[in-house]
Amino acid sequence: MHNNTIAELAEGLTNKTFSSEELTRHYLDRIKTLDGQFNSFITITGELALAQARRADARLANGDAAPLTGIPIAHKDIFCTDGVKTSCGSKMLDNFIPPYNAKVIEQFNQAGAVILGKTNMDEFAMGSSNESSFYGAVKNPWDTRCVPGGSSGGSAAAVAALLAPAATGTDTGGSIRQPAALCGLTGLKPTYGRVSRYGMIAFASSLDQGGPMTRSAEDAALMLNVMAAFDPRDSTCIDQAVPDYSATLNDKLDGLRIGLPREYFGDGLDPEIEQAIQAAIKEFEAMGATVKEVSLPHTELSVPCYYIVAPSEASANLSRFDGVRYGYRCENPKDLQDLYTRTRAEGFGDEVKRRILVGSYALSAGYYDAYYRKAMQLRRMIKNDFMACFDEVDVIMGPTTPNPAFGLGEKTNDPVTMYLEDIYTIAVNLAGLPGMSIPAGMTGGKPVGLQLIGNYFSEARLLNIGHRYQQATDWHQQIAAAAGGEK
Amino acid sequence: MQWETVIGLEVHVQLATKSKIFSGASTTFGAAPNTQACAIDLAMPGTLPVVNEQALRYAIMFGLAINAEINQRSVFDRKNYFYPDLPKGYQTTQLDHPIVGPGVVEIPLSDGSHKSVRIHHAHLEEDAGKSLHDDFHGMSGIDLNRAGTPLIEIVSEPDMRNAEEAIAFAKKLHAIVTSLGISDGEMAQGSMRFDVNVSVRPKGQNEYGTRTETKNLNSFRFMEKAIALEVARQIDLIEDGGSVKQETRLYNGDTGEARSMRSKEEANDYRYFPCPDLLPVEIDDAVIQELRDNLPELPDAKAARFIARYGLSDYDAELLSSDRATAEYYETVVKACDDSKLAANWVSGELSARLNADETSIAHSPVTAPQLAGLIVRIKDNTISGKIAKQVFEAMWNREGDADTIIESKGLKQMSDSGELEAIVDQVLADNPDVVEQYRAADDKKRKKLLGGFMGPIMKATKGQANPGMVNQILVKKLNT
Amino acid sequence: MAIDKAEIEKIAILSRLKISDQEASELSDRLGDILAMVDTMQAVDTSGIEPMANPLDASQRLRADTVTETDQRERFQQIAPATEDGLYLVPKVIE
Repeated sequence: MHNNTIAELAEGLTNKTFSSEELTRHYLDRIKTLDGQFNSFITITGELALAQARRADARLANGDAAPLTGIPIAHKDIFCTDGVKTSCGSKMLDNFIPPYNAKVIEQFNQAGAVILGKTNMDEFAMGSSNESSFYGAVKNPWDTRCVPGGSSGGSAAAVAALLAPAATGTDTGGSIRQPAALCGLTGLKPTYGRVSRYGMIAFASSLDQGGPMTRSAEDAALMLNVMAAFDPRDSTCIDQAVPDYSATLNDKLDGLRIGLPREYFGDGLDPEIEQAIQAAIKEFEAMGATVKEVSLPHTELSVPCYYIVAPSEASANLSRFDGVRYGYRCENPKDLQDLYTRTRAEGFGDEVKRRILVGSYALSAGYYDAYYRKAMQLRRMIKNDFMACFDEVDVIMGPTTPNPAFGLGEKTNDPVTMYLEDIYTIAVNLAGLPGMSIPAGMTGGKPVGLQLIGNYFSEARLLNIGHRYQQATDWHQQIAAAAGGEK
Repeated sequence: MQWETVIGLEVHVQLATKSKIFSGASTTFGAAPNTQACAIDLAMPGTLPVVNEQALRYAIMFGLAINAEINQRSVFDRKNYFYPDLPKGYQTTQLDHPIVGPGVVEIPLSDGSHKSVRIHHAHLEEDAGKSLHDDFHGMSGIDLNRAGTPLIEIVSEPDMRNAEEAIAFAKKLHAIVTSLGISDGEMAQGSMRFDVNVSVRPKGQNEYGTRTETKNLNSFRFMEKAIALEVARQIDLIEDGGSVKQETRLYNGDTGEARSMRSKEEANDYRYFPCPDLLPVEIDDAVIQELRDNLPELPDAKAARFIARYGLSDYDAELLSSDRATAEYYETVVKACDDSKLAANWVSGELSARLNADETSIAHSPVTAPQLAGLIVRIKDNTISGKIAKQVFEAMWNREGDADTIIESKGLKQMSDSGELEAIVDQVLADNPDVVEQYRAADDKKRKKLLGGFMGPIMKATKGQANPGMVNQILVKKLNT
Repeated sequence: MAIDKAEIEKIAILSRLKISDQEASELSDRLGDILAMVDTMQAVDTSGIEPMANPLDASQRLRADTVTETDQRERFQQIAPATEDGLYLVPKVIE
C-alpha cells in the first residue's frame, strides 16, 4: 500500500480494496517500525488517526466521500491541531496543546483525511537542514548520514520513507521546495495568500505559506484542492476562486515558454545538478516547449534581503513566547525580567535566538532605514525582476538547490554557508510567487530537484507542467532503499 | 522669574464598538477576568488579526469632526516591548501613516474668548490588558479582557499654556467623542485617559523646556492637580539650580503625589515596523462622504442651536451641549415639560451639582429625564413651589419615586384652599394689629414692603406649603377692607 | 558590519534573552558574519523605490463589528503556566 500515490490509494478506498482503518494501521505500523532511523515524527496521533479513519470509512460507505477521505496525512508540527501537541520543533512549545485547529487542519478534517501525526521541523521553521529541532535532527531516507533539508524536513523524510502518503509543509524561504528536492519529492509553495496562515505558527508573516509535499504532481494537486481556501480570519489570504487543480493536469505543453535565469546556472552550482536540470529542460523541449535565457539580476541579493526581512518579522512574531499564557516557563523566576529572559533563553534554541537578535538589531533605532527599509525596497526590485521575466516566458525553471543533501553537522557551525543553500528559493518568497520542486535526476544516489516558478496564482499551470513531466519520466517514482520498496 | 507653562496632551479614547479592533471578542466593561479574551487577544500561536470596520469608521468620524485630513491610506505598525498586559509583545498601532491627519479643536476660555488647539494627528491602536496589583502570594494577576479594545490616540500640539486650557481641551474632546457616539466617554471606566506633557520656560523664551509625561490620568480633576504639581516641581527644580529630566511620571489620585515610572526608566527602543499580518487600509471617497453626510450634531453646532431655539445663555448652552448624554437629557426634559429655561436651570443647576457630588455621570443619574420633567411640570402648575421642589428632587434622587408620588406621600402640595388660607391669614393679622395699622396708613411703596412682612409667619404656619399668589390676594383683600 | 559585545547585550535586553558573557562574545562573531553578508545589499541603489510590505500590494479587508467569540477561559487557562481566580500570574509588576 505504502508504495502508492494518494490518487492510487483513493481508488483503493473507493473500490474497497482496503479500508481507511487498514490503511491507517499500515502507516502507523510503518512509522512505529521504521521512524527510529529517520526521526521524522514529533507526535504520532494513533488513536485520533484510527477514530478519523473509522469515520472516513463510514463516509466512504455512505458514498459522500471527498477525494482525500480516508487518506492518512502527516502534518508539519507548525499547524495547530486542537487537542494535539503542536511544538513548532521548540522546547518553548513542548507542552503546548492548542485549543483550536489551523485553517489548513480544518480543511483536511472537512475533507475526511486522517491525521497520522505531526512531523519534525527546524525550530520555528528556522533552518535548511532540520538540525535546529528541539527533537533532534531528521535523517534523509536516501542517505541517513545526510540532512533531509528544512525546515519541513520531517514531512519530507516521512513521505520519502513512505511513512505517510503525503504531508503538509510550510515555506518561508524554501522550506517546502528544498527538502522536497533533497528527498526526491514534489513540493509546492503556493502564491502568498492562497493558503490561509490562520493557526500556522508564524515565522515571517509576509513570507510564510503552507503547501503540499507529495510523491507526484497529481497528488500535490489533490492536496492543494483541500488546502487552498479563502479564510476571512487571515487578512493576507486572497479571496479568489480556487480552481480544480486536478482538472488541468493533462493540458498540453505545446508552446510553453520556459525561461532559464542565467543567475541560477552560475558559480556554486553542482555540475551534476546542472546536467540533470539541462536534461529535464530537453524533455520539455521534446514536449513542445520553447526555452530562452532570462535574467533575475538581484538573485544574489535575495539572500541578504531575506536575512533582514525574515528575522525582523520573526523577532516580533516570537515575542509572544514569554512564559505567561502558555508554553514553557522557567523555574522560580525571581522577578518579571527574570521570567522573560530565562524563559526565552531556556525555551529557544541557538538559531532562533540568533535570528531574534538579528531582527531586533535590524529594526532598532538608527538601523531601520539601512536594513529593514532597504530590504523592503530591494524586495520590490526582486519582484520587478520576476515580472519582467513573465512578460517573456510562462514559467521559470532552474535547480531548486545548488547542492544535493549535505552531511549532518556539516554546516551547523557556519550559518552563512547554510543560508546560501537557499539562494534559488528565497527570491520566490520575497516576491510571493508560487514555486514547485519536482524530482529530476540523481547525483551520487541523492535526488536532484527541478524548480518551477510561475506568475501569481499559476499553481494549476505549474502542477500541469510537473504532471506532464512525470508522465514522461520516472524520477519521482524512485524510492529510497531505507524506505523498503516492497508493497 | 516669570515662568510660562507649555502643555500638550495625548488622549486615549476607547471606541464604542461591540467587538475588539482585531478580534470578535466582546468589549463590554466589567466582565469576569479573562472571559472576554479570545485566542487572538491572548496571542495564541498562529492567530491573526483582522481590522474591525466600525473602529475605522469611528476614527474617521473623529477626524471629520475636527476638520482633519483623513489619510485614505493608513498603515498599522508593531510597537515592540515586553509587558505582561501586552500578550503579543508588541502593540499594534499606527506610526507613520495614521488614519487622521492634522486638525483643530476650538476651546472656550473663562473670559469668554476662544482658542484653537492644533491636533498633530490621531491614530488607531489596540488597548492593553490590566495588571492587578493585589497580592497573589507576591505575584501580580493579569486580566486581558481589555486587551484589543479599539482606541484612538489623539495627539495635540503643545498649544496649551495652563491647566485651565488643558482641562477645557480635554472637556471639548470628551464633548466631541460623546456627541459623535464613538465613545461612551465613561472616564471612571477608563474610556478616556490622558497623558499630559508638561514643560516650563522663562516667559518670552521661544524654545521649549524639557518635558515630562504624566501618564494615564482618568479624570479632569486629577489632570488639573497633576499639572499644578508638575509645574511647581519643574519650577522648583530649575530655580534650585537643577534641571528637568525627560521622564515618564505616574500620578496617584489617592495620595495626590506623583513619581517617576520605574518600568519606563530603562531606555526603550520600540523597533516599529509595518505589521505584516495586516495590509494597508484603503478608504474610498464614498465612505468618507457617507460618514460626513451622516455626522451627528457636534457640540458647537448644538450650543448654537440651544441658544437660538431655547433662548439659553452662552454659559448654559455650552454646558448643556458639552456631552451627548447631557444634551439628550436636557432635550428630553424640555420636550416633556415645555419650559426650556426651567429645564436648563434644573439640569445645569441642581442635577449637575448632585451628579458631581456623587461622582456619577448623567447616564447613571437616579433621576431620569422624564422624572425631572414631571417635577418641573408641578412647579409650573403651582402644585409646589420652587423651594419645595428641591425637597422633592432630593427624595427623587434617593429613589423614593417620581414627583407626584413624593408630593402626595409627603403632603407637599401647596395649600390653595382659600377657606383654609383665609383662616390662617385672619389669625396672623389678628396677631399683628400694629402692623395692620401701619399698613393702612402707608403709601403704596411702603405697603408692598409691609405686605411681604406677613408672608413669613403665614409660610411658617403652613410649613411653606401656602400658595404665595393666593396668600397675596387674600392679604390685599383683607387689608383693604 | 561588526557588532560589538555591548551592542549584543543591548539587543539581548530588548529581546528579553538572557545571555552569558561567553555567549555574548560568540554571538558577536556569529552576528558579525551574518551582518557582513547582509551588508552586501548596501551597494544597491534603491532610491525612489517604494518599500514592498506585501507581495500582492493588496489592501486590508475589514471585519463587521460583531461579537463572534464566547468565553473559553477554562480551556485557555488549562494550558497556562500559572493562574488564580481567572487571572494569569506573573512576578510582581512594578510600574
